[in-house]
Amino acid sequence: MSTPSPQHEGTPVIELAGVSKTFITASGERVRALDNASLRVRPGEFITVVGASGCGKTTLLRLIAGLERCSSGTIMVNGAPQIGPSEKIGIVFQDPTLLPWRTVLENVLLPIQVLKLDPNTYRPRAMALIETVGLTEFENKYPHELSGGMRQRVAIARALVHDPAMLLMDEPFGALDALTRDQLNLELLDIWSATGKTVLLITHSISESVFLADRVIVMSPRPGRVVEEITVGLPRPRELEIINSAAFGSYVRRIRSRLSGGAMRRPMQATA
Amino acid sequence: MSIQTENAVGGLRVGASSHWLRVWHLVSDRAVAPLFAALVLGYWEFHVRYFQVEALLLPPSSHIATAFWNGMASGLFLQHFAITIYRALSGFAIAALFGIALGAVISQFRFVERTVYPWVVALQTVPKIAIAPLILVWCGYGSLSKVVTATLVAFFPVLVNTIIGLRSCEQSKLDLMRSLRASRWLTFRMVELPNALPFVFAGLSVAAVFSILGALVGEFVGSKNGIGFLILDANYQLNIPRVFALLILLGLYGIICHLALQFAHKKLVFWNEPKDVTSA
Repeated sequence: MSTPSPQHEGTPVIELAGVSKTFITASGERVRALDNASLRVRPGEFITVVGASGCGKTTLLRLIAGLERCSSGTIMVNGAPQIGPSEKIGIVFQDPTLLPWRTVLENVLLPIQVLKLDPNTYRPRAMALIETVGLTEFENKYPHELSGGMRQRVAIARALVHDPAMLLMDEPFGALDALTRDQLNLELLDIWSATGKTVLLITHSISESVFLADRVIVMSPRPGRVVEEITVGLPRPRELEIINSAAFGSYVRRIRSRLSGGAMRRPMQATA
Repeated sequence: MSIQTENAVGGLRVGASSHWLRVWHLVSDRAVAPLFAALVLGYWEFHVRYFQVEALLLPPSSHIATAFWNGMASGLFLQHFAITIYRALSGFAIAALFGIALGAVISQFRFVERTVYPWVVALQTVPKIAIAPLILVWCGYGSLSKVVTATLVAFFPVLVNTIIGLRSCEQSKLDLMRSLRASRWLTFRMVELPNALPFVFAGLSVAAVFSILGALVGEFVGSKNGIGFLILDANYQLNIPRVFALLILLGLYGIICHLALQFAHKKLVFWNEPKDVTSA
């Protein structure tokens, strides 16, 4: 990695201290989307943020990405205050956000073109990433010829092509069916362990958050608050069977109890 | 249960009849439009002759066909048609160029939007055709006044659709470009403009129809050539079959225009099905 950030354990690549964000709506109303959030992410960590919709998870991600400015508090990324978007961060949005007039390869190479890097140098890397996400032989297809899962795979390859130090993912698999989602979770873990990127992934699925993470950040809505950080001690590499283990179940129960306000008010189905 | 047994017994017969059904569908799919047209024209011919409709009001379809043939064979139609097409296409091209350019400027610069857009909205509601006599005074009896009228009429659909298209870009695509610190111009060129193309094409197909309308009106108001002139001339001479024949020619032109734009749309905006638009 070419990032100047110190690589030893414990030095955070992302550090939020007392970060709040207040939006003013069109009607002049003030909405506190995020309230006094603090968070430290170490290099190479896989962090998931879980919470109900409207709990400020996306705001948190956009603040870290530099797409929004915080109302108060400090955000440090790679040891420097976050002042705007950076090529050291790759983003995967909720929807694939592919350009429909570009082929898979051209979509993956978009960051290279925008960052004015040499496309010839990066083409082999783009092809390798397309292979990594399982889209070999689809590189010349257009997005409308792909399934939803395949499109999101392209988006992941695109987020990685310029070799950012960290990957921010905003409910990347939320729109996919359960089977495709499981598959992509496994592939994401493979990519993560192969590349050593720092990943911060937002989800509303409790089991997804536990399955992927080193640490789960649990958020409560209105105003968005970090209510708990849970270190997941499940062994790696993880396979889908781990979901059935007792340890996994206890993490899920613990997060669910935090999300439902400290008490299990009613029995719920495990969230897929 | 009963369905199952029926299938088992009559399997062969079902296969055979579905074959004929398929042939019938194929024939009927291709043939139904021409058949219907023949039926309408046939009935027209029959009605006019049987009920002895005054030929001045409605000539029999065969007379129209003869008038069409004569007009084409003598070269008269094509000579004037070429003039009208030249005027319409010139107007269309100018309208497309300026419509897209101004649409881009309005959508990108808040100041221009504030100052120019109210004018656009106001002018859009004015029936441009009503200005045609004035344009004749300003631009003279020749082709220029027709080109100007055609441009004016075709301009607004392109402009308005371009603006709508450029504003329709999803926030996530803009966020993606922003996250890569793309310049405004790069974002416009790489994302917003191609994203607006389906709308631009919708505007262009309306403009294609409007431009011929504008050219014709310009010719109606004052001209010594062009299809508009021929129609008026035939009308004065009560040569009604020729009027109808000229309308058919215009109809054919409209169809060709539509097909050409649809073809261009499919080639250039291949990711998006053509939007159906009403031009009226």
